[in-house]
Amino acid sequence: MAKKILIVDDEPNIVISLEFLMKKEGFEVAVAGDGEEALAKVATFGPDLMLLDVMMPKKSGFEVCEALRADPARAGLLIVMLTAKGRDTEVAKGIALGADAYVTKPFSTKELVAKVKEMLAA
Amino acid sequence: MKRANPRRQRLAALGLLGIPLLSFPLLSLPQGEWAGLPAPFLYLFGAWALLVGLAAVVAEGRD
Amino acid sequence: MGLLFAVARFGDARADAGRSIITANVYALSLAVYCTSWTFYGSVGRATSGGLSFLTIYIGPTLMLLFAGVIVKMIRIAKTQRLTSIADFIAARYGKSQLLAGLVTVIAVIGVVPYIALQLKAVAASLDVLLGGQGTNFLPAMFDSTLVIAALLALFTILFGTRHLDATERHEGMVAAVAFESVVKLIAFVAVGLFVTYGMFGGFAELFQRTAATPGLERLLQLDSAKAGTWAALILLSGLAIIFLPRQFQIIVVENVDESHLRRAVWLFPLYLVLINIFVLPLALGGLLHFQGQPFNPDTFVLTLPLARGAETLALLVFIGGLSAATGMVIVETIALSTMICNDLVMPWLLRSRRFGVAEREDLSGLLLGIRRVAIVAILLLGYIYFRAAGEAYALVGIGLISFAAVAQFAPAMFGGMYWKQGTRAGAVAGLLGGFAVWLYTLLLPSFAKSGWIDKGFVEHGLFGIGALKAQALFGLAGLDEISHSLWWSLFVNIGLYVGVSLWSRPDAVEAGQAERFVDVFKHAGRGTDARLWRGTASAEELVGLLDRFLGRPRARQQLANYAAGRGLDDWRSLPVDAEFVRFAETQLSGAIGSASARVMVASVAKEEDLGLDEVLDILDEATQVRAYSRELEAKQHELEAATAELREANERLRELDRMKDDFISTVTHELRTPLTSIRALSEMLHEDPEIDIDDRTRFLGIIVNEAERLTRLINQILDMAKLESGRAEWTTSEVDVAAIVREAMDSLGQLFRDKNVALEGEIADSVPVVLADRDRLTQVMINLLSNAVKFVPGGSGRVKVRVVAGERAVRVEVIDNGPGLTPEECVVIFEKFRQGGNTMTDKPQGTGLGLPISRQIVEYFGGNLWVESSPGAGATFVFTVPLPAHE
Repeated sequence: MAKKILIVDDEPNIVISLEFLMKKEGFEVAVAGDGEEALAKVATFGPDLMLLDVMMPKKSGFEVCEALRADPARAGLLIVMLTAKGRDTEVAKGIALGADAYVTKPFSTKELVAKVKEMLAA
Repeated sequence: MKRANPRRQRLAALGLLGIPLLSFPLLSLPQGEWAGLPAPFLYLFGAWALLVGLAAVVAEGRD
Repeated sequence: MGLLFAVARFGDARADAGRSIITANVYALSLAVYCTSWTFYGSVGRATSGGLSFLTIYIGPTLMLLFAGVIVKMIRIAKTQRLTSIADFIAARYGKSQLLAGLVTVIAVIGVVPYIALQLKAVAASLDVLLGGQGTNFLPAMFDSTLVIAALLALFTILFGTRHLDATERHEGMVAAVAFESVVKLIAFVAVGLFVTYGMFGGFAELFQRTAATPGLERLLQLDSAKAGTWAALILLSGLAIIFLPRQFQIIVVENVDESHLRRAVWLFPLYLVLINIFVLPLALGGLLHFQGQPFNPDTFVLTLPLARGAETLALLVFIGGLSAATGMVIVETIALSTMICNDLVMPWLLRSRRFGVAEREDLSGLLLGIRRVAIVAILLLGYIYFRAAGEAYALVGIGLISFAAVAQFAPAMFGGMYWKQGTRAGAVAGLLGGFAVWLYTLLLPSFAKSGWIDKGFVEHGLFGIGALKAQALFGLAGLDEISHSLWWSLFVNIGLYVGVSLWSRPDAVEAGQAERFVDVFKHAGRGTDARLWRGTASAEELVGLLDRFLGRPRARQQLANYAAGRGLDDWRSLPVDAEFVRFAETQLSGAIGSASARVMVASVAKEEDLGLDEVLDILDEATQVRAYSRELEAKQHELEAATAELREANERLRELDRMKDDFISTVTHELRTPLTSIRALSEMLHEDPEIDIDDRTRFLGIIVNEAERLTRLINQILDMAKLESGRAEWTTSEVDVAAIVREAMDSLGQLFRDKNVALEGEIADSVPVVLADRDRLTQVMINLLSNAVKFVPGGSGRVKVRVVAGERAVRVEVIDNGPGLTPEECVVIFEKFRQGGNTMTDKPQGTGLGLPISRQIVEYFGGNLWVESSPGAGATFVFTVPLPAHE
């Protein structure tokens, strides 16, 4: 069965591109525009992997990540954090909060796809 | 006051010694003659010279 | 013959210019000036009646010298205080009192006159003997030979001792000469002694045996224990005299060059005494034996015996010896006395009474010397007079002892001064006067009486017939010889008054200071301690002037130069006029005119301030200083704290700025990266898959383009912002018509409004004054505001109005929209960088978030303000003002 990927980002254009990308790869895709929507969508959509932007209104990517990791039901959820901020502190924070991977924008679509596949295969 | 100068103190001691030595009543002791010379004469000069000699030793002695 | 000696002494005197020829031996031998013609002639005379009792005069000095510590202290004090005579010493100790100085001088002179008379008598007698009765033909009848002798001696003394003034009152040549003549004396005496003992008799043994065999003479060989009191008294007396005779003090203390010389003197001088006295008794006995049955003068045995045997050369030698002994004594004694008279008696009186006359004389050294010469003549004259008046009645020794008893009166004041701090001037004066009075009454006056010059009544029957006041048996104390009697009473009164009055009186400040310095002289190293007790102001000129006047200019300059060198200065002119300098000047002066007079002179020059008041002022000063200082400290502390606080604040601010900078950068980064992400992703996807259908492709490309534009805009604005903020933006200021700009902006954005179907109207005043601004920038602001407005108003029903109004001091532009409005918080926030108003979720604004901040910067650059007035649901009004140019 196809893996489900949830895309969370407040930039519509990025969402568009990511959605297209993932769909093309054959994943089932859902989108969310902010942190709250993301959490809601997780509950309803039950994705296997989440592409999570950090800089978002309402709830930041970190908060979402934290919340999800606190939820034992979502232990199997893979979280890939996306951000334009590439500072080490951010990365460390993300990892510390339980993200499985951290990708800086702009990213290479090829690489992103490869990574997602790799993670889902495991 | 006199300094704690041993030399001076010794000299002063000699002086204190000399007073009774060269005055009565001690002086009334030598009487008559000694070796042909008047005893007082001999005694006086002898004691006196001795005192001076001792003073010389003390005064010129090692510093 | 006398000339020979004069020449010899003169030659020695020459040697004092420059190197010091005073060695320890010379110093020790010079003390033998103690042996005068008294020793030469008188001792023998005394021995004929008193046996060995004559020795007491020499035992005393021997013992006194053994107490060298006392003498050393005396010398030390004299050197440090620059004292030049006994009068100086005593006066200085008791507060530099001129009264004491004068008193001591008078006592000394009166006391020593008999002694000088003694010398004259001896010389006269010896001359008489030598010339064997031819003397009367020698000189014209009207001249008394003794007077001639006195005159000659005066001349010698003047030549010897008053050639110049020495600050230290040292006469090295004289000392050397005296030492020389001491040797001559010894040689002569021993020679005649040997002659008589071995030449005329068979040696000591035979002499003594023959004496023992002669009735009436054998007692001379023994000591009479009944005379014990006299013995002790004489030892004491001579022990005091060895120091307190003016000439002795001069030689021992003043002329002392090196304290260590005293060590030699302690035994060498007594040795001398032993040697010179060995033959006295033999000589006496020999004379007695030889001249049995004949009238004789025992005093001249030393001459008559050789003459009797025809040894004329020997006799001549003896005469010379005796003469030199006498002259030595007279010279030294008179010089010492004349110094005292001049410094301690005449000068103070002169300075006090005819102050102006003396004070204005340029060079007083001549006057000083003159005074001394007169004094010398006067003393010798007095000696002669006494010789005539009383000399006949006594044997030589008797006269001498009278002098001894006189100078013994100095002992309590001196010794007390050296060892007892409580000794006061009043006590010293009382003691001296009392002792002197007793001496006068019990010795001097009786001596006149016995010679028949005054009535003997008071001697035999007591003053006013009161038996208890018999001159030589006061209060019934009989049984003592007159010397002992006098000594006992005079010292009793002296010491009693001295101690009693001292205990009942209080020393003044100067006295106390001096007492300190005297008694503790060994504890005060150097001269620095004196400066403490002096306070005053003096001018260098005046002090130097004093020195010039009293020391003579060249000598004064010399001393000043030495002193300056001692203090490490090249030029004495640069000496600081402090207490030390004043002390130096005083010391120098005291060498010339005595310490009491020196003090007066210096005090008149230096205005001394009250010690007490000064101290109080000092203390007050200190206290205020301390208070002021602590206040300063407090103030500084406050400052310090304030500064620290400021620093901390600044630090905080810096840190925050740093943080903000970091935030800014990361935000910018984020903002730039976001559109880039889309561009890259979409581009890649388009690139990867050429199969993407055309719709998607078109869409994607459109997004790419948009994002690229967005990116460009962002970059531009960021750079703009950076320029604006750093002040590196370029401004073209010109006269600008605000209305025109507004209309233009409205026109250019008209399409945008139409697209969204938002109404745009302008309400522009007719005549808007011109402002000075940058046209493009203002346009930028307008466009920003308008585009914001159109962004946020709802499409279709949106209305935007622009108003331009000319105020008093500025042009006011308003952009009013009926959009959703802003919360008060948002009103502030939107002006922050990268912040945007509105619900960013529902419609992601196209803006960069930098428009408003930039606009504000621009407006504020022109001196205006940009703000917004809004409330949620009531639209928003953006207002900015541009100030009018200032009118001249």
